[in-house]
Amino acid sequence: MWSEFFQQEDLAAILPHLELALFACGILMMNFLLDRRHKYANALTALVGIAFSAYPLWGMWRRGYEELAFNGLIVVDPFFLFFSFIFLLAAAVVILMSIKYFEIEKEHEGEYYALILFATVGMMILAGGVDLITLFIGLELMAICFYLLTGFLRHDRRSNEAALKYFLLGVFSTGVLAYGFSLLYGVSGTTKIYQIADAVRERGLDDPVVFLAMVAVAAGLFFKVAAVPFHQWAPDAYEGAPTPITAFISVGSKAAAFALLLRLFLVALAPLRPHWEVLLAIVAVATMTLGNLAAINQSNIKRLLAYSSIGHVGYILLGLVAGNETGRTGIAVYIFAYAAMTLGAFAVVTGMRRADLMGDRLEDMRGLVSKNPTAALLMLIFLLSLTGIPPTAGFLGKYFIFLALIQTGHYYLVVFAALYVVVALYYYFRIVVMMFMQEAVEPGRMSFGPGLVAALAITALLTLLPGLYPEPLIRFAQSSILHFR
Amino acid sequence: MGPSPETILNWVLFTPLVGAVVLLLLPRAQKHTLRVVANLFMLAGFLVSLPLVFWFDKGAPGFQFTVLKQWIPSLGVQYHLGLDGISLLLVMLTTALGFIAVLSSWAAIHDRVKEYYVMFLVLQTGMLGVFLSLDFFLFYVFWEVMLVPMYFIIGIWGHERRLYAAIKFFLYTLLGSVLMLLGILALFFFHAGLHESGAVCPAIGIAGHTAVEFYTFSVPVYLELGPLLPAGWQFWLFWAFFVAFAIKVPMVPFHTWLPDAHVEAPTAGSVILAGVLLKMGTYGFMRFSLPLFPEATREAVPVVVALSIIAIIYGALVCMMQKDMKKLIAYSSVSHMGFITLGIFSLNYLGLSGALLQQINHGISTGALFLIVGLLYERRHTRQISEFGGLSTPMPIFAALYLIISLASLGLPLLNGFIGEFWILLGAWQVSKLWAACAVLGIVLGAAYLLWLYQRVMFGEVTNPSNKSLPDVNLRELATLVPLVLWCFWIGIYPKPYFAVMEKPITTLVERVGAQPTTPVAVALPETTPTDEGREASQR
Repeated sequence: MWSEFFQQEDLAAILPHLELALFACGILMMNFLLDRRHKYANALTALVGIAFSAYPLWGMWRRGYEELAFNGLIVVDPFFLFFSFIFLLAAAVVILMSIKYFEIEKEHEGEYYALILFATVGMMILAGGVDLITLFIGLELMAICFYLLTGFLRHDRRSNEAALKYFLLGVFSTGVLAYGFSLLYGVSGTTKIYQIADAVRERGLDDPVVFLAMVAVAAGLFFKVAAVPFHQWAPDAYEGAPTPITAFISVGSKAAAFALLLRLFLVALAPLRPHWEVLLAIVAVATMTLGNLAAINQSNIKRLLAYSSIGHVGYILLGLVAGNETGRTGIAVYIFAYAAMTLGAFAVVTGMRRADLMGDRLEDMRGLVSKNPTAALLMLIFLLSLTGIPPTAGFLGKYFIFLALIQTGHYYLVVFAALYVVVALYYYFRIVVMMFMQEAVEPGRMSFGPGLVAALAITALLTLLPGLYPEPLIRFAQSSILHFR
Repeated sequence: MGPSPETILNWVLFTPLVGAVVLLLLPRAQKHTLRVVANLFMLAGFLVSLPLVFWFDKGAPGFQFTVLKQWIPSLGVQYHLGLDGISLLLVMLTTALGFIAVLSSWAAIHDRVKEYYVMFLVLQTGMLGVFLSLDFFLFYVFWEVMLVPMYFIIGIWGHERRLYAAIKFFLYTLLGSVLMLLGILALFFFHAGLHESGAVCPAIGIAGHTAVEFYTFSVPVYLELGPLLPAGWQFWLFWAFFVAFAIKVPMVPFHTWLPDAHVEAPTAGSVILAGVLLKMGTYGFMRFSLPLFPEATREAVPVVVALSIIAIIYGALVCMMQKDMKKLIAYSSVSHMGFITLGIFSLNYLGLSGALLQQINHGISTGALFLIVGLLYERRHTRQISEFGGLSTPMPIFAALYLIISLASLGLPLLNGFIGEFWILLGAWQVSKLWAACAVLGIVLGAAYLLWLYQRVMFGEVTNPSNKSLPDVNLRELATLVPLVLWCFWIGIYPKPYFAVMEKPITTLVERVGAQPTTPVAVALPETTPTDEGREASQR
């Protein structure tokens, strides 16, 4: 009886998750032993935990390990591995960014790092789940950690407000998603997404219940990826959260939500493609439009990047609208590029935080080139990549999306997508103007701590190298996303 | 290990970039060393490009000195460089003018010297890459990359309204280029859709494509696509490319970025903008639009020629009204570039070869005019025409050089502008006498505004006391201007080598754009009649 549900091989499949969770628990205990000056040891432990989790993942990738574990609840496949690498990368970079930031904020506690690791575990479960229950648990584990992390600056009102907003809207969206899940269960009598796909196919396109389930699931997912019209939480949450957490929400939570979205739309709801293709196309164009136009007038960099990230969601959704091999590869490439360049941009913004300066207004970037030329140059590279100027990873992502849309004959959509690149250039270059062409208010050098330098180095490499020599990234993306189990 | 015919294009392309890297490693404070190193690298870039002139085989068809390496196999992108007569002339213009521009900034730039030269060297590589690329993807990468350093050159070292001008320049050009990117992708799928992998390719006529080459951005392959493209595709793609190139030229409805960018840019930036960047638009027309979309081109001729003639006359009229020297010369570019597009869209041998030569001429003489304005600006810190007057008394050598260049620009015989404009007029005349008549009006106006400018600045008494003791040109300024003056004379007196270089590619181009659809693919499509102009042009 027992062995039916649990076999030894199953443990191997969740070894990466387990190691992260163990390290997170370890940090919680270790934190009591550390005095205020040595809290950075928590961060180092968390990094070691990530390395320990990445190692078996790397081994699975090398061996081409595929496994359906826990009686079909969790899967290890290239798709899961690809996203897990991105999650771990994001977590590592965020931890590197956090050390100095939280010392300045005087909130440097071990729980913070433990929560980051738990959130990462949630994302990994999400990326590897092939069962509605597993997916839901992963989603909630991730989301609850994020609500806490957003409000981690207890003494900052913006942080508190952001956490509450994020929490209320997040819970609401989860409810909608759960409603969609329940309808899918009602239709198919199972929680396994592959069997749901069969049931949905049998029901046919015109079944109203199936249609309602699709709409509910889509609405819940649009909340999670911050697509129009369910995007309102994003700018407030981004602005109020501690900057490293903003980066983590923006990259980790978004990538995880896309993993979920891809699994559901490309497997469970695949038979409904004619319906959701139109829905996604409309939402994608609306998302690009609102994100890009609203970003123009922002005076807070975190808000600006929040709206621009809404714009990026539109591009990724367009990849799904195209839906062919190029489009799917494009989604993976785009998410990778988006992770690298967004983390990098937020790392620079994190570095602007000083004891006497919030550092998140556009004004605060004034004359950065004279204070810290390297940071300004790297920020320029990240912004060029976010705009989609070659030779950067961001260009490659947009390129694939355009390629896929033209290949599938979506000419109107591709013209929209291309023209918003021009709009994006305008608002991203408002930051460039501040950095390079305005005098600093108070001149003097401004140095970044070692953690931040490491974070910048990693993200800059991952932004530039795929632009100059894209072949490995393309292969990586293709092998991970083209075939689902 | 030096340049050989197999590798020379790599040397030409990357010498400036290596210079940029070297400069990055040098300490910021040593401005003098930075200047010397930057100038040396630009000079080296020019010297490395010189063997091209001697090794170039005028009689050979197609592209020479090709370099071909795989870059992104899974996208079909190659690192593919090559040169024909058209790009040879533009590459030589770029390397020569680039060196002169950098030399001219010796005394003009004091702030952030290191960044300035780094930007210029990167820009140089970007521009050369545009002219040398034989892979569409690579071409696009260079086309975009080059915008960034130019943005900074205008935005950091420019004049009062530099921020506005810089972002306007970037936004306009980017708007055109993203549309071009979509056009490129459409061509990519069109070529791939023509045949199965490994089958005989209708474009190159042989079973030449391996699986890797099947999805290709190769320009030489694409150039054969022209007759195979259905009219509907040609129409949309032509206009997608047209917007990109027309913004760059700039043609009339898209020209508003130019006065801002040219006026606000530092002198060297203006020289490069006018001398080289604008040529990318006309190069794009000659290299891509005409051979790729012959039918759409022939249909577009009336529109494009009308825009060209409007540009010629409107640009010249606006020049007459300017109070700012630099703005006047900026608008004169609109007028002169109108001539070039008129020549190109005459679609015959005379018009096209005149247009190509005129691109070189415009680079030389307008570049020199911007140098002259910069020279005066360095002395007086103003560009207002009314501030000057009678300068020929304190600055006689300057007066002589400026006069020659003005005359060259307005097209006096024995100087370069004459040859180009004359050829263009002949080409236009063959198609329509009305076009030629309108264009001649532009020449008359051109003479008027340039001579009037010269008169107001140089002749008469020195009315403004601060102009009394202006120093004449120094040795470094002579070194920038004299080669350009000599070049004007060379083209004006003995243009034969230039025409010899361009003969082969222009002949091919005329054949391509004039060729009636003959292949079965195109015949099966709905019958479309080329416009009268097109047929006339093709018959000649």
